[in-house]
Amino acid sequence: MAKRIDVGGLTAYYGSHKAIEDISMTVEPRSVTAFIGPSGCGKSTFLRTLNRMHEVTPGGRVEGKVLLDDENLYGSGVDPVTVRRTVGMVFQRPNPFPTMSIFDNVAAGLRLNGTYRKNQLSDIVEKSLKGANLWNEVKDRLNKPGSGLSGGQQQRLCIARAIAVEPDVLLMDEPCSALDPISTLAIEDLIGELKERFTIVIVTHNMQQAARVSDRTAFFNLSAVGKPGRLIEIDETERIFSNPSVQATEDYISGRFG
Amino acid sequence: MTHATTTDIQDDRPRTSPEPRKAGLSSRSLPRWSPLGFAVVAIALGVGISLAAGWHSRVQWGLISALLFMAISYVTTTVVENQRQAKDRLATSIVWVCFLVAVVPLASLLWTTVSRGVERLDGYFLTHSMAGVLGPEHSGGVYHALIGTLEQVGIATVISAPLGLLTAVYLVEYGKGSLARAVTFFVDVMTGIPSIVAGLFILSIMLIAELEPSGLMGALALTILMIPVVVRSTEEMLKLVPNELREASLALGIPKWRTILKVVLPTAIGGITTGVMLAIARIAGETAPIMLLVFGSQLINTNPFEGAQSSLPFYIYEQYKVGEVASYDRAWAAALVLIAFVMILNLVARGIARWKAPKTGR
Repeated sequence: MAKRIDVGGLTAYYGSHKAIEDISMTVEPRSVTAFIGPSGCGKSTFLRTLNRMHEVTPGGRVEGKVLLDDENLYGSGVDPVTVRRTVGMVFQRPNPFPTMSIFDNVAAGLRLNGTYRKNQLSDIVEKSLKGANLWNEVKDRLNKPGSGLSGGQQQRLCIARAIAVEPDVLLMDEPCSALDPISTLAIEDLIGELKERFTIVIVTHNMQQAARVSDRTAFFNLSAVGKPGRLIEIDETERIFSNPSVQATEDYISGRFG
Repeated sequence: MTHATTTDIQDDRPRTSPEPRKAGLSSRSLPRWSPLGFAVVAIALGVGISLAAGWHSRVQWGLISALLFMAISYVTTTVVENQRQAKDRLATSIVWVCFLVAVVPLASLLWTTVSRGVERLDGYFLTHSMAGVLGPEHSGGVYHALIGTLEQVGIATVISAPLGLLTAVYLVEYGKGSLARAVTFFVDVMTGIPSIVAGLFILSIMLIAELEPSGLMGALALTILMIPVVVRSTEEMLKLVPNELREASLALGIPKWRTILKVVLPTAIGGITTGVMLAIARIAGETAPIMLLVFGSQLINTNPFEGAQSSLPFYIYEQYKVGEVASYDRAWAAALVLIAFVMILNLVARGIARWKAPKTGR
């Protein structure tokens, strides 16, 4: 049940240092939105504010609002833990839990949130692994440790783990940057399938990937050295890559900087 | 030309010397058995010099031989190979000599304990106490002391392990302010408390509250000594758990306390167990608080909350003071039991750590 995200005037701090400033955008449900921009411009920081992971970093603080289908994630009385069950995240480097088997890894989100019955779990684990395109490779060794898989398989395992809890939104922070081209292709195909069920936001350094995978693209940049990151432009992917409105976007896309 | 050979063209180039000295990659090197050769020569010279000078201490012979070994090896290597190799050999020799100096006493200790202790160690020794046994008699056993040690160490562990573990979890996962700094400071201070001071502290409480000596009092003093060790080692183990695991768990919507319980602690459990076992090994040998607080006894007392008990280190001290041959034998045997107890704990700790380590099978 994918949801729509509306961000209004979001500013994020690390202690007293302002990392990103005044970001407003809309993400449509069941679409893929890519965030591109040079290193250090705040894409990952912004992504982490969308599931309230930014405040896990010591000194992390957010002002502004993020509406998920009209509910403010930063409203008073909203528990970050509940937010994170609705907005899932896949990280840059695969991080399966080392003490758990493949089955337990995928089931972790469910088990640690209350679902305990074995048959229920088996069904959901199978469905998630199929959804992450990993079922055929691991169906005979679900009890083997999660860290015994290759990099691409581990990342797909983390994706399976994230979608097992059926979030409304899936955030992906450079999910393919630690992988080889074949695994990258597998995950990009997977994103194309997953967007039928989830709203997906993906941060990527790879502009070709953004062009292949996303429906809309947002370009972030620092307004000047030492200044906080800002959203420069957000538009349909085709238009951003062929005819952007802002000169800075054009410069970044044609490789003049970044 | 009237040569009958097939070559018609004379080769008039000046001939080079038969074996040209190449400034290449290879150079002379000493044979592989040279350290052994140096050692033999050094020992022979060392012993010879010492005998000639009339010194009889083996330690002196050893030291002179060691110095001669290092000198001979350095000089010979400089001459035959080059100075860098000589320095390399010198450093290696120093490392080896230090290793021997450290290990020889340890080996000697183990050897002495095993050889002296085995005489008296048998099933009878382990299952009987000293009740009614006079000093010079060749009977009696260590059972009461063994029970005492097991109970006191057991109670101390049951109190210290959870307290230490939870303190470490607080310091690593939650504490960021002045309370955390104060706790760290006091834990550091406690790490250095001498065992007799911990004993005196509990003794003062005993006197004020008018309590009788008992195994429990000794266990409390051991707790004071054990907690800082558990906190420190658990803290280090928890810090080794990569932050990405915590983030992965939090991003799934798992609350923080559950993340710690189900992800962080299981990942670190091997190291934590080792730390606890090592802390136990440390307190198992503490004599001073036991002397003050548990009073010692010859009888079997299985109730740690009431009445005096003995313990292995106390028993060893007691038997030594008696001064008879039979009691010395008992003391050595008890020392062997204590060392065996600590060694078994260490092996169990390693076994648990290996069993619980994050698996990397395929």
